[in-house]
Order: sequence, then C-alpha cells, then structure tokens
Amino acid sequence: MDGEASYFLPHYRLQNLLDALQHAGFNCIGPQVRDGGIVYEPLTHASQLPWGIRDHQSPGQYRLIKTDEKKAFSFANGAQALKPILFKPRETVWRVVRDENGKLEFKPHYSKEQPIAILGVRSCDLVAMAIQDKVFLRENHVDPRYEERRKSLFIIAINCSYASGNCFCVSAGSGPEVNNPFDILMTEIHDGLVVKAGSKRGHEIIAALKLEMARVEQNDEAANNVAQAAAMQTKRIPLENGYGLRDVLFSNLDHPRWEQVADRCLSCGNCTQVCPTCFCHSETEEPALDGSCSEHHREWDSCFTSGHSYLNGKVIRDDTRKRYRQWLTHKVGSWFDQFDVSGCVGCGRCISWCPVGIDLTEELAAISGEANEREKM
Amino acid sequence: MTNGFLSDPYLPIEAEVLACTHETANIFNLHISFIERHHHNLYAFHPGQFNMVYLYGVGEVAISIVSDPEEKHVISHTIRALGRVTRALQQLRVGAHIGIRGPFGRGWPLHKAQGKDMVIITGGLGCAPAVSIINYILARRSQYGKLKILQGVKHSDDFIFRQQYEKWQMSSDIEIHIAADQAGPKWPWSVGYVTDMIETLDLDPRNTVAMMCGPEMMMHTAISALTKKGISEHDIYLSMERNMECGIGHCGHCQYGGLFVCKDGPVFAYPEIKALFKVAGF
Repeated sequence: MDGEASYFLPHYRLQNLLDALQHAGFNCIGPQVRDGGIVYEPLTHASQLPWGIRDHQSPGQYRLIKTDEKKAFSFANGAQALKPILFKPRETVWRVVRDENGKLEFKPHYSKEQPIAILGVRSCDLVAMAIQDKVFLRENHVDPRYEERRKSLFIIAINCSYASGNCFCVSAGSGPEVNNPFDILMTEIHDGLVVKAGSKRGHEIIAALKLEMARVEQNDEAANNVAQAAAMQTKRIPLENGYGLRDVLFSNLDHPRWEQVADRCLSCGNCTQVCPTCFCHSETEEPALDGSCSEHHREWDSCFTSGHSYLNGKVIRDDTRKRYRQWLTHKVGSWFDQFDVSGCVGCGRCISWCPVGIDLTEELAAISGEANEREKM
Repeated sequence: MTNGFLSDPYLPIEAEVLACTHETANIFNLHISFIERHHHNLYAFHPGQFNMVYLYGVGEVAISIVSDPEEKHVISHTIRALGRVTRALQQLRVGAHIGIRGPFGRGWPLHKAQGKDMVIITGGLGCAPAVSIINYILARRSQYGKLKILQGVKHSDDFIFRQQYEKWQMSSDIEIHIAADQAGPKWPWSVGYVTDMIETLDLDPRNTVAMMCGPEMMMHTAISALTKKGISEHDIYLSMERNMECGIGHCGHCQYGGLFVCKDGPVFAYPEIKALFKVAGF
C-alpha cells in the first residue's frame, strides 16, 4: 500500500465505478455466479457481483458456498478470468473470398469490439498475462488481434483476501499482492474497497468518483486481509518455481513417476484449458457451403490431444505418459528457455479442474524430492 | 529472422501456380509466383527456410523452399502428398491461385560454410531441404570445397530422384553415394547403411561441414559416424520436422523442449538439440 494515495470506495458506491467505466467507453467485465461457478462476464450492475459467495477448492473439487460476509470479492479464482478475453478460445483470423476466375482476396479479420474494462483481476492472472504478452507481442511476431485488445484493456486489479486450498501463488512468486501494472488496484475490506490508481486513466476514473481518502485503519485492514490470504495457503510449488525445476525435470525424463501419473491422467486437457498461460492453439478452415469464401479460425488446442504432435502421418506423443511429461516439462521446465520465467503462476486451476485431482505440486514434489506443503507461518 | 514482408503474420499473400511437375506418384514440385510482382522484391529467403502454403478452403501446410534465393520471379517447393493439405495441393493446375506466408525459420548456414568441404546427407524418400543446399552450392561451386552427397534409402525401390542425381553427377567435383538397406536386381549403387558410406569417405575433419535431413534415426546414426571421423558436433547441422501451424512460434505445436522448430529452426547445429535427440516424445 505504498506510493499512490489510496481512497475508499464503499460497497454501495461500486455502481458509480461501473457507470464511470461505461461512461468512459468501456464494456465492463466482472465476476458473477453462473452454473455453480464464478465466471467473468459483462457486468452492468454491481448487484450482479458474487456478494457473500466463497469457493471451496481441493484437487478435483470446486464448490461455492454462501458466507455471512457482505463482500463481493471474497472468492478465489474460478476456471477462467482474464485469458479468454485477450486470447480468445476461438477466433476468426482472416477471410478469403474467391471470385469466378479463382482469384483470391485475403482480408484480415479484427473483432472491432468495444474496449474492455475488467473488474477484479487477481495477481496470478496479471502475472500470467505478462507471460502471454511474451508469446503474442514478441518483436517481429506480433499477433495484431491480441495486441489491439491488450492495448485497450482497462485493468481493475484486486489484491486477494482469501486463498483456496489449491492456491499456491506465494511459493510461485506471483501473489497474492498485485505487483504488476494496473489501472486501478482494489483491496476489499468489510464495508468497501481501498482503491488506488496506477495509470493516468485510472486516476481520471477515481477522480470522477470524488472519493474520500482511505483512513489509516482502512489501509491497515486492507493490508491485513492480503497478509491473511498469503498466510492461509497450504500448498507450495517446489524449488521456488525457479530454474531448478527445469533441471530436475529434464534430468528425470525416465522417472517412474511419469508412468504413475499417466495411469491416473485421462489426457482430457482440462488443465491446459484452464491454465492462464497455456497458449497452444490450432488453425482450422471453414469454407462456405456455396464455395465463394472461406474463414480461417484459430482455437485453443492442448498438448494432451493426439493431433498436437501429429507429424507426417504419425503422432510423436502417442501415449499419456509422453503427453503429461510434455505438459509439465514445458510448463515449469522449457518455459524458462523460451520466456526466461516459469509458466506456472500458482493459481491452482489445473488442480481444481482436473477430473481425477492430479496436483502438479504433488507431481513436482515426487520428482524433485522437495515437499509441496507449506510450513505453518 | 525478421520478416517485414508480412504486415499481419497470419495473413497469406496471393500467388499463382506457374507449373506443377511430378517426380513420382506422390512427390511433386510446385512452382509459384506472387500475383503482385513487387512482392518478389520484398520477399527474401535463405535455403532451408519454409513457407506456409495455403490452399483455398482446405488449409495451410509448412513446405521447404527449394528454389534459389537469387531467383526473383519464381519460388519452388518440393512436396510429398501425405496429409490432407498436401494431397489436395497435388491436384493444383497451372494458373490456380493459392496463398503464401513466409519465409519462416532459420535456414542453413551456407555463408558461414563458404570455403569448406560439404557433406550433405539425406535419407528416406528424399528430402527437400537437402535439395535446396545442393542446388545452392552447385550454382556457386567455386565458393565451396569438395562436395559429397550421401543418400540412404530403405529399399532400392524407394529411390526416386534418379534423374536429379544423374544431373548432379554430371557436374564436376561432386561425389555421390547412394545406399539401399535392401536392393532389388540391377541396383547400380551400394547396398548397406548410410553409416557404412560415411566410414569410407575421405574427409578433412577440420575443414568439413555436414548438413543433413531425413528420419531422426538415420540422422542419429550419421552423427555418430561423422563424429567418429573427427568432425566436430558444431559442424553438423540438421533440419528438423515437427507439426507447424503458425510459423511464428505462437501455436506451440512444433516445440522441441525449449525450442520452437518453426522460428528457432528448422535448421539446428547438433549441440543445440543434442539433449533431447533420441528421447521419444519430444
């Protein structure tokens, strides 16, 4: 809670924030309950927020419960939040029109959407976004669609005040306190949010709300809540989520644990779909029925499919052992070679959403010999 | 390498088929040129790089470029009809319009190899990346030392570049070795393995660069044979193949450990890929 002045946004004035963002031209996306989970969807009314809702997560488990607290952000991340907004699960990248002479005209496709303001982004997802930036905004290889959405995105981040049983961002070095750039940062306390600006446009939105400065005890309560989210985490990723993981994995490519985990793994790819850093996608073609044009799409792919490693009529990763090993050795191994950082941000989604409850920290513990449980603080 | 040619790296440029010539029932050469001729001035490649070739309504496929980089009007690809897109490409007629994205990846270090003796090793059904080197060197013969070409095939019936090799053989100062693991009657070349051929070569290990493509098992055997002859691993280059869909390191399919074959390769010096070479599943 340093540097920038912090203000107090009472819960009952959250609607003013949404209105100010809409007035500034943003389509506001925020958390809400749908089908038994917290999802990030268009948000027009503060009443749509998940007031008093909290999740319980454990390997292969995700359940929502009601609490007595009247808070809007007292949950830990659900299956998705920021990634599908910037890197869409399915997107048309270009269209080609063929005339009667067979001449082709290629037309790039841009979604031309209203700029998005996302409310309630967690630190793990901001760290993940910075990693996806390295994939899609690399010099000479920029994806213009991702770039357009990324540049206009207005980020209202929130420091976590609760951690689920699967969260391990403290050990991953990616949370629960936000350290990445944001437009506005919030921390929830019992009757509202302590907010501060991180950009010029963030300042403008906060100024328009004419908020009072946060009092010392409000700042203290906010800081305590974040400390509590850190303290309640029970899981940890071994070897500080560092280069040591890469070395230990690549020197254990024949470890018997790969066979064991392959016996449990269904190769369903859920882990890759919920992972906020997984970037694999495949390109598909959809010709119109009348033959006059064709659309070129890209959609999320997974290294757990057989098509992912298809080559010249064969599949390179022809069993689950090779696929799980590819996923894990990439995520926290060769990711360092590619992007100079781990591909794991400690969000724990791959653990919650694995139908058989495979826990990556446990698999890493088995191979590295270092515990995946945190010592009590 | 930088690619100022494509403003949107996902969007193909329109090209037309100038000729489609068949080597065998399923290997063919596709010669194309851009519809907008000025695109040829902006398009510059190195042998060993590849294009993403798009067929209308069907999709894209990564194909190595075999024409000479100095040729400014025609781009040629040698293609084996094996998958969905390549089989459909085989049906193309002269004048048909297609899409091209490229060039992508890192090609052969042919500038660095100037003045050196060259050993080109290919296996299996023949390999377009090797053809691009051989044509390049033959067009600049004085810039390189001795040129040796080794081709291994499983069975003599698989040897399909007879005409090409006969043409190459007419050039002076070129040594060609072809071996089939198994040979039928009237096979004029050797019977045996690529390894056996390497053992009999007269090589100057300090002045030789080896470049190879083909099945990974064959390349692995060839590398051991070359290093036994005293050639440094740093002087051995391989062209790798993996599933490629984007060509720019975004789609993730071509990952080989920490490398993206599409942008970091497809040509690698052996030490760059040694750690995972021969580990099944990468």
